[in-house]
Amino acid sequence: MKATPLSNCERRFLLRAIQERKRLDGRQCYDYRNIRVSFGADRGCCIVELGKTRVLAQVSCELVSPKPNRPTEGVLFFNLELSPMAAPGLEPGRQSELLVSLNRLLERCLRDSKCIDTESLCVVAGEKVWQIRLDMHLLNHDGNITDAASIAGIVALCHFRRPDVSVQGEEVTVYTPEERDPVPLSIHHMPICVTFAFFHQGTYLLVDPSEREERVMDGLLVIAMNKHREICTIQSSGVVMLVQDQILRCSKITAVKVAEITELIQKALENDHKARKEGGKFGFAESIPNQRITAFKMESAAVDTNNVEEQAGEIIAKADPPSEVFANPILHTPGTAQIGEGIENSWGDLEESEKEEAAEEEGESEAAAFECQKTETEDANMMKETKEDEPILLSDSEEEEVVILEPQEVPRKTRSEVCCCVPALAMENLVVVCSALPRN
Amino acid sequence: MMETVAEPGGQCRLRPFSCEQGLLSRPDGSAAFLQGDTSVLAGLYGPAEAKLSKELPDRAALEVLLRPKVGLPGVLERSREQQLRQTCEAVVLGVLHPRTAITLVLQVLSDAGSLLSCCLNAACMGLLDAGLPLSSLFCGVTCALGPDGTIALDPTARQEQEARAVLTFAIDSRERKVLMATTKGSCSVEEMQQCLVTAQRAADTIFQFYRDSLRRRYSKS
Repeated sequence: MKATPLSNCERRFLLRAIQERKRLDGRQCYDYRNIRVSFGADRGCCIVELGKTRVLAQVSCELVSPKPNRPTEGVLFFNLELSPMAAPGLEPGRQSELLVSLNRLLERCLRDSKCIDTESLCVVAGEKVWQIRLDMHLLNHDGNITDAASIAGIVALCHFRRPDVSVQGEEVTVYTPEERDPVPLSIHHMPICVTFAFFHQGTYLLVDPSEREERVMDGLLVIAMNKHREICTIQSSGVVMLVQDQILRCSKITAVKVAEITELIQKALENDHKARKEGGKFGFAESIPNQRITAFKMESAAVDTNNVEEQAGEIIAKADPPSEVFANPILHTPGTAQIGEGIENSWGDLEESEKEEAAEEEGESEAAAFECQKTETEDANMMKETKEDEPILLSDSEEEEVVILEPQEVPRKTRSEVCCCVPALAMENLVVVCSALPRN
Repeated sequence: MMETVAEPGGQCRLRPFSCEQGLLSRPDGSAAFLQGDTSVLAGLYGPAEAKLSKELPDRAALEVLLRPKVGLPGVLERSREQQLRQTCEAVVLGVLHPRTAITLVLQVLSDAGSLLSCCLNAACMGLLDAGLPLSSLFCGVTCALGPDGTIALDPTARQEQEARAVLTFAIDSRERKVLMATTKGSCSVEEMQQCLVTAQRAADTIFQFYRDSLRRRYSKS
């Protein structure tokens, strides 16, 4: 898929609109788009929608050995992937600069800010610690992946529950979710990224740029902050030079936005917690809004399975019986072998066999009439007689051209096994394989 | 003789289904399909310009990508991608769009059993949403054969684990023929035929669900 380039008139239009303090979706300069958080049925799974940008996050855990220089700390692993469905230009498997910079930024925001207490993830010092893995997938790209991913990441981490562990002396017991309730991760604070886009050499700034605005921006400033007004990460990129008071102004805006977003996250987490505790329904199925005409739900449906056995039995009775399985491989020359020689060729004329679905026993042998009837060696008759378990060596000659066809004297039923004929040139080691075949 | 599962009167149950179409703004077609707690999101691009190395001279080149939720895609995902691709190629009228590429991306949102059939259903709804020409619709049905021979339709993860064999069929909408069949585990010929007949019956319910959801979307009232 190729990415559609931005046309010059679109670019000019966007820049002029920004100069006049207008945005395409009617927002003000400092407005965020609607944020919607929905949780899945598994713990630690959530989807965050920031306007139309959609990110899926999943947290999982595993017991591993700790890093040698940090024997008492757990391991954190973060990974953001841009799914090929998110935008036409995203090819699978190609590590673009954008992906690397996003991953690095999110790692700094979540790992270096020490928002997760890694000491609490230690089970046996120096031997077993929990590895917490956060996977994020971008599902739809409509700008500002950073913010959406950081919200998804921190929400998933808060939502996740890891299995309970107890250590008694040397014994470590990991309890399943049925034995003991899983425990939440110990999270000190919630860092959230806020993105600012700069236009016209830093004159105009917009919060939460959409995809179109991102394409025409000069530079980008990302500030990650928690609700206690502590800056966790700050990054500036692009060709814009920022003045000190601009950065201070941005950090003040960030503080306001982060407070709002944190409140929204807390509410969403509480709602989900309540739904799970009271036994109500939870999961993605509940987050599909009922009133949309593009959404449709169906309750659990019963499927009528009366007379299934009779119907199936009829089909089997009408079908052709299976043929015998020949397991002896026949060695023609070193490097060539055949399994199933001597059985009637069921491929024959393909069109004819399709027309005669309920083929009689004679059908297939007639279809083979136009095949040539060469028999190569006089040992051909030996094939049918020998029912032993060794591979049958037909000839030692390497110059003989061996053509395997069905001999005239084998009237077989239909529905036979597929004959496989290995070409002499390929697979020298087939000889070894054939002679070592176990009997089954 | 084998009995079919759970309720008296010979009834198997499908889990509650939901589907939402057109939920992503960038892809040409998108659909989220939920079967109980299993959900898959499908995003489709196409027919679009293909790379020279991948284009076919007489029809569209269909590519399917299946992404798991955790970890990198492995061999299992690759084999499922091939199965999905073969099913889709059988129904998509690729000859109407030669030298183009159709890309179908599936993202697993949650896996609680019957994942392959959920992927098939999501793929079909995605193809419908994108408006690609199809010769017929298809649906996916999974059956699990319990150790005592009972057939469970649309099994949960636990039922799949305890089953002796798990069979998935892709069934087409015109004559309920089988487009794709894959099995894991061992079963006899009779058991497979019974599962197939059960799956064809379940396909009726699923196609009715497709019909109702599209009717809701395109009705004028």
